[in-house]
Parts: sequence; C-alpha cells; structure tokens
Amino acid sequence: MSDTKETTGLSRRQFLKGSGAAAAATALGTAAAPGALAAQAPAAQPVPGMGPAGVKITLQVNGRKMSSTVEPRVTLLDALRNYLDVTGCKRVCDRGTCGACTVLLDNKPVYACSMLALEAQGKEIRTAESLVQGAKLDAVPAAFVRFDAQQCGFCTPGFVVAMKAVLEQNPKATPAEVEKGLAGNICRCGTYEQMRDAIYSLCNTKRGS
Amino acid sequence: MAQVFQVIGTRPIRHDGLDKVTGRAQYGADIQLSGMLHGRVLRSSHAHARIKSIDASAALKVPGVEAVATAADLPESGDRIAHLGEGAVNLRHLSSNCLARGKVHYKGQAVAALAATNPHIAEEALALIKVDYEPLPPVMDVREAMKDSAPKLHADVFTEEMGQLKKDKPSNVAKHFQFKLGDVHKGFAQAAVTVEREFHTATVHQGYIEPHNATAMFNPDGNVTIWCSTQGAFTVRAQVSELLQIPVSRIKVVPLEIGGGFGGKIRVYLEPVAAVLSKKTGKPVKILMDRAAVFEGTGPTPGSYIRVKLGADKTGKLVAGEAYLAYEAGAFPGSPIGPGAMCIFACYDIPNVLIDGFDVCVNKPATAAYRAPGATNAAFASETVVDEICRQLKIDPLEFRLKNGAKEGTRRADGPIYPRIGMIETVEAAKKHPHYVAPLAPGSSPFPRGRGVASGFWFNIGLKSSVTASVNNDGTVSLVEGSTDIGGTRVSVAMQLAEALGIRAEDVRPVVADTDSVGYTDVTGGSRVTYATGWAAYEAAQDIKWQMLEKAAQLWKTDLDNVVYDKGVIRAKDDPAKKITFKELAEKIQHKGGIVVGRATVDPPWPGGAFATHIVDVEVDPDTGKVSILRYTAVQDCGKAIHPSYVEGQIQGGAVQGIGWALNEEYAYNAKGEMTNASFLDYRMPTSLDLPMIDAVIVEVPDPKHPYGVRGVGEVPIVPPPAAIANAIYAAVGVRMNELPMSPGRVVKALAAKK
Ligand code: FES
Ligand code: FES
Repeated sequence: MSDTKETTGLSRRQFLKGSGAAAAATALGTAAAPGALAAQAPAAQPVPGMGPAGVKITLQVNGRKMSSTVEPRVTLLDALRNYLDVTGCKRVCDRGTCGACTVLLDNKPVYACSMLALEAQGKEIRTAESLVQGAKLDAVPAAFVRFDAQQCGFCTPGFVVAMKAVLEQNPKATPAEVEKGLAGNICRCGTYEQMRDAIYSLCNTKRGS
Repeated sequence: MAQVFQVIGTRPIRHDGLDKVTGRAQYGADIQLSGMLHGRVLRSSHAHARIKSIDASAALKVPGVEAVATAADLPESGDRIAHLGEGAVNLRHLSSNCLARGKVHYKGQAVAALAATNPHIAEEALALIKVDYEPLPPVMDVREAMKDSAPKLHADVFTEEMGQLKKDKPSNVAKHFQFKLGDVHKGFAQAAVTVEREFHTATVHQGYIEPHNATAMFNPDGNVTIWCSTQGAFTVRAQVSELLQIPVSRIKVVPLEIGGGFGGKIRVYLEPVAAVLSKKTGKPVKILMDRAAVFEGTGPTPGSYIRVKLGADKTGKLVAGEAYLAYEAGAFPGSPIGPGAMCIFACYDIPNVLIDGFDVCVNKPATAAYRAPGATNAAFASETVVDEICRQLKIDPLEFRLKNGAKEGTRRADGPIYPRIGMIETVEAAKKHPHYVAPLAPGSSPFPRGRGVASGFWFNIGLKSSVTASVNNDGTVSLVEGSTDIGGTRVSVAMQLAEALGIRAEDVRPVVADTDSVGYTDVTGGSRVTYATGWAAYEAAQDIKWQMLEKAAQLWKTDLDNVVYDKGVIRAKDDPAKKITFKELAEKIQHKGGIVVGRATVDPPWPGGAFATHIVDVEVDPDTGKVSILRYTAVQDCGKAIHPSYVEGQIQGGAVQGIGWALNEEYAYNAKGEMTNASFLDYRMPTSLDLPMIDAVIVEVPDPKHPYGVRGVGEVPIVPPPAAIANAIYAAVGVRMNELPMSPGRVVKALAAKK
C-alpha cells in the first residue's frame, strides 16, 4: 500500500490529526469559508466545527465523469459511496488501517478514506466495479471467484483492487511480492490461504515450488 | 456402509461469488431510500455514571436535525426474560444497552441518538446534546468486581447461587454454579502428579470487518421494515418486537449481506433506535457505526480469570480435575460462562470433576458471543495444564490425548454422555500428519523454536430452520432460506438439496429471504446452518420427490408405488421404457398445470459436537518477545464435509482469529475505564504477513443422526490456538505463559522473571 503522501501531499497521520475541515482547508489552500449551515445556526450558539458549504466536484470514476456537490471535508470514500453510488469500496475503519476502501488513483492504490474527494479531482479513479466490463471479468477478481478467496466478502473488493495494483505495476511480480502488496488490508474471516491460491495462479506459479 | 455422493464433497463455485468480488453485493450501508435521514448515536464518555439529565434542545435547533431519541422513547421493559436467538436475555438490560436508562455502565454505551438530513449535521449536532453525568467509580477486573467492597453496577442484580437467588444484597456476581462428577478429593488422592495453575485472558473483539448498521422505515399504518446486517433476521424481529412493544406481525426484517459476525451480530444495537427515530420523523432512518463505536459499544468476548488443577496417575491416566472460572459479563449479566465451564474438560474422560463458574458484571461493554463463546478462554487454561502434566510424566502429548480423550459413552462433567464423536480421530490424524512426524528443524535464525499441540471442543447447536424450494420449468430449483450467509452457506445448503434430488448444485438457486418470505429460522450461529438448514433442505427435497413421483404416476397413469425416484431420474418399476429425468418432468408438469413446491421445517436434536487438535511450531525472539508462527496444522472432525473448501476456510479462519487472540488482541484500559486502543491501528488483528500457511486437515466421523452426517465446523477451530501456541512457546524458551495475549511485552517479562 503506497502512502497517501505521494498522491495527496498530506500524510495519513497529518490527515488524522487535523479535523476534516482543517484538512480540507489545507487542501484548498484557503481558510474555511463560512458555510450555509454555519450561517443558519443561531448566532448565540455557533455550531462547532461546521464546515464550509458544498462545492461542486467532478471525479473521473471507472471511466466516467461524475459530478456532485460535496462539502470540502468529504473524503473520497464517502463521495464515492454516498454521493456517486459507487459502493464497491467499503467503509470499515475510516482511518487508513484496513484497506477495505482501497481504490486505484492514477493506477496507484490508495485508501479512499484517507484523502479528500477534492484532492482526487483530475485523477483517474478505479474501483472494484471497473474490473467487470459487460460479461468480461478481469483476471484478478476471476481468480478470487475461482479460488473462493472470500467468506463474508466485505474486505474482498479492497483486496481485489490492491492485488490488481501490484500486478498492473509489475506483471512479472512474484507471489511474495503480490502478497506484500496486501499487507495494508485485513481479512477478518482469514481467507489468506485462498488468496494465496489466487495469487499463485495469477503469477503462473505452482504453490509449494 | 458409507454413502456415495455426487454433489456432497465437491467444490462448486459459490452462487454469489461474482457479486462479492466486484463490489456489487448489497450490504446494509449501501441502502439508500428516498427522503432518508441519517442517524448517529451519542455514546457515554464515562465507564460508570448516573445520568442526571439529558438536554437535547440545542441539538434540536440545528437546521436539518429532525428528531432525538433517548431511553424515554423506549417502553419500560421490566425484568422480563426473553429467549431471543442464542440464549436468554433480560429485556430491561437489553433496552438499556440500546439507549441507557438512568445509568451508564461502560464507556461507549448508547445514551441518545438523533436523525438529521445529512451525516455531518448529525455528527455535529450530537455534540450539542448535553448529558449531565454523576461519575461513579468503575470496576474493570473480574476478580476486583467479585469483592464485597467493589462498586456495584446494578442495585437490582443479585447472585443466583446454585440456582437460588440471594436477594439480601446486590452483587456484581450474577451467577455461581457448579458441575460435579465423582469425588475430586478421592480422585486427587490417586494422582501421581498434580498441576494447578492460574490464568488471565483479556477482553477481545470479534473484529468483523463490516460495522453494524440499520435502516428502519416506520409507516404511519404501524408497520415497520428494517434492513440490517444480522446473523438472524428473526431474532432481530423478536428483539425489536419486545423492546418497542410491537407485534412481530408488524415488523419485517430484511437481512442484507453480512460482512462478518462471529457471534457479535445477534443482539440488536441500532435497529430499535433507527425504528424509534423513523417513527418520530416519519422518514426512513439509517444509522451506521464507526469502528470506535464497534469496539466500545458492541459486545466483545469476556476477559476471564481461570484456575485449573489436574491430576494423573503414573500411567498417565487423568484421575481428577478441578476448575474455577470467572468470566466478565461486561455491563449486564450474561457472559458465556456456562459453555466455558462445560467445555473446559470436554476433551477428556475424567472420572472426578468439580467445576465452579461465575458470571460477573464489570464496567465494560456487555459481552456477546464470539465463535465457540467461552471455550477458547477455558481451553487456554486446561490445555496448558495438560501439557505440563505430559512433560512431568514424559508422555507425548498426543499419546496422552489418545489415552484420555473423550469417546462415545464418556460422561461430560455437566451431565451429558457423548454420542459418537471424533476427538480420538483428530488426535490420530494429527499424530500421523507429516507436520508432527517431522522433527522441528532449526532455522537459519538463532532464535529458539518450539512445537506445541492443543485440542478443543465445541457443542454446535441444532435449533429451527425452514426452507421452501420451488421447481422451475427449466429443471432448476429456487431455494428460499432464512439463514443469512456469512461464509458460503448458500452453497452448502443448496448442495444438500441438490444431492437429495440428484441434480447439480448449480441448478439450485439459493436466496436468503426476509422474515415475511420464509418460515421461522434461528440465527446463523452455533455452527448450525450447514447442519440444520442443510437438513431442512434435505427434507424439502424429500417433499419435492414425493410430489414429482405423484406427477409421474399421473403422467403414466399408474400407481404411486409403481414409480421410483433414483438420482434425478423417475422410473416406472414395471416398465423399463418409462423413465423421465427431473428436468424433463419439471418442464412437462408446467404444461399440465402442476406446480411443485417443497417445504420443510426442522428442529433437530442437539448434535454430537465437534473436536479439533492443532499443531504449531513457533520461533521466539528472546530480545523483543516477538513470537512468529512457522507452521500450523489444524485437524478437525467435520462429520461430513459438504463443501471441503468452505470447511477448510472455516478451519483456517477460526485458527487465524485464535492466533490473533493468542498473540496480539486485547482491550487496553486506562484507570478511568476508558478503552485506549479502539482502532485497528492499536488493536492489532493478523494480516497475511503475520501468518504462515495453515494446513486444514478434515477428519470425517459422521454424525449418525444427520442425513448426511454433517457436524458444524465454524466455531471449534478458534479454541485450540492460544493453548497450542503457549505450549509451543514453553517448548521454545521454557516459560509458561499464563496470560492472554502473549504479546511481545508479556513474553519479555516472562523471560525476565525466569532468569
Ligand atoms: S476504511 Fe479506509 S483503510 Fe479502512
Ligand atoms: S472475507 Fe470477511 S473479512 Fe475478508
């Protein structure tokens, strides 16, 4: 899992430290503007932490341009799930610790929960949904199905995307290299064995050799 | 004679595989309804406090906030005990666990909830709800809580002492019971070696990846629909019915795909709250938990204190066993102390046994089931002491288990006599396994290595399941079941229907239905779905067969007893020319106006239970205390493996969770009773890099009562790992770990104490 630093200019820790709104302000390079919600709140009782008003964003998701109006603090994960109805990426920890929200951002795997939607503009975003085109299933998810590398399936799209990222960057990756690329993902059902079967088949290597 | 199968034992691709890998499967958080509001829950910031007042007026003024709910919006439940799925619950406690009434008993307990037009407004308005607390001292440790001087959680919880309620003074000890067999004093008198040790285990969480979620829509006509992530739609319906005093007929629960549960998604948390908020606003309300809420606000499995004493004669035969188990129930009575106490010596034939069990309230979240609830704590203690006895007597630990292992006819201390079981078979298979046969090879690193073994038992349960199965005119069968599918049970149930009908698994289309669309079905838990719902599928297939035979008899204008059903083909006995396949007949009867729908409900007897024996090799870094798993083999009696890949998956998954429990996982608390590691960063669950290949070995000793010999497989694999690893650590570095988790810090400490 590549650190979000490379792609966002914010390290995961910095992001976590700042409140969502503060992080948004950093990303925008502006001070937080008084938003509609804050303005509506009674003056005597300011609503703490109310962020700036919604802004229009356009994201390039799975080959399509999608637009919506979101508050700047909205993460890429929440924008995809709640505003654009792309629900393959899952919200599990929302803190960059489990990998269930992994998406490809200009071909690099990132935790969608740990960057802002605004920062993802102009980049090509791909989720697990992009790995099936009509009747054609990409080799990575196909291997997950074939080796049944899932139980409850909730972590699975994140693993599929993480694995896809490694193999796309290096089609000659060894099974060990692919597995290393999954170190940022957790499967609580413990389907690691079946994932290893899938990895070996994708690497055209026999297990045990 | 062994049955010959065509479908059972094969490995078909799961019906829902593609949907899940491509992110198309619908989970609870994906629900989006028109006009839907977003609910959020305010949680207690204190481990123990009286709630003096709750003032939500400021929150209600925030534009976008539509309603607030507190315990005042839930009917007073009273002290009624209801049976809701797995075990009995006190409704007043359950209600207070959904929204606290009067007091909070753990940090993270739900205190109030609100619904707003968007999640951010909801989150921020939540901060404006003022709760005035009167803090009380918390008690966080089970043995502290048992003292007379300890702060009391409840003014109205009294000790049930051996079945008698001691009403004189309130106590944190909700229950004390005993199991007795033979005479332990006489037994220990015959012992050549006696070992007695104490153990502590930390609170751990199931760690299911999908956070809890619930969406409710309360219609003005009084009907409510709930979409949620649950192990049992019918238990959600029953709980919501009791808590909100609405008849079950007015509640429809729609179970969505479930991202793991492991026992933790049986009790309701959000469902009644979402329903109340929906009723107040007239709009659908969706509530999602975040990860911290899952850790702090939902039931983990108990921390415990256990003492075990075992005695064996000089031939290595166990002669007596004594155990004292005190389990943390958390905020409300109801830890899995019962099963823990029943399991502690369940792998062995011991003539003289005395077991004391205590259910104790502490200021932690109310505990919930977790995969073989109670059994892992117990086995950590007993299997470590067994290992010590083996070392003192210089007996191979598997030989010892062959000599003392429970078999058909052995009486367990809590009463039952085992039917046909496979404990001995798992030990025999472990002994023959290349892992055990090969000596432990030294590695390239200078670190000491060791090997350990341990066994485990879990009952499994039967309970009720219903299915209906409709024959389609293309020869396929639509199977409707009520068991939510967490790990692939759609397939293992469909396969049993297919086997019984003599058709392909792929020709059965399994669907998990809502509570209005299928007959009553108990929870997906207790390793029961493949066993009991699979049994129901088998029975439904018999129903279909009879109807198909009738149709064939009508078609051929012959008597019913002249037609036979044989592996998917129907024949006339008196005329070899008259035969028709299931598929052909399915097509024909549609034209003739006949429709075939099979149905069945089952409530099977208690199954024989499952046993497992695990072998592990570890390496211990004496400087850092880090324990690495080098090799792991898990042997288990599965009765009959319907889909061997899924059985292996369950064994591996259980072992992985057991390894996490053994080495890393624990709730860390500060002095104020606040959990300090409520995130995946600090509560470390195993990732692929932490684990070697786990070799799952299936042993099949069929359960003679089940039509296909199935035994539940999901739970027992979590039971042996902590003890097996503790025994391996001893073999490596000569220290006995008596506390879970055996994290690097604790290992270093134990090594230092040894010096
Ligand atoms: S949800 Fe993003 S890493 Fe867990
Ligand atoms: S399949 Fe359930 S968490 Fe991975």
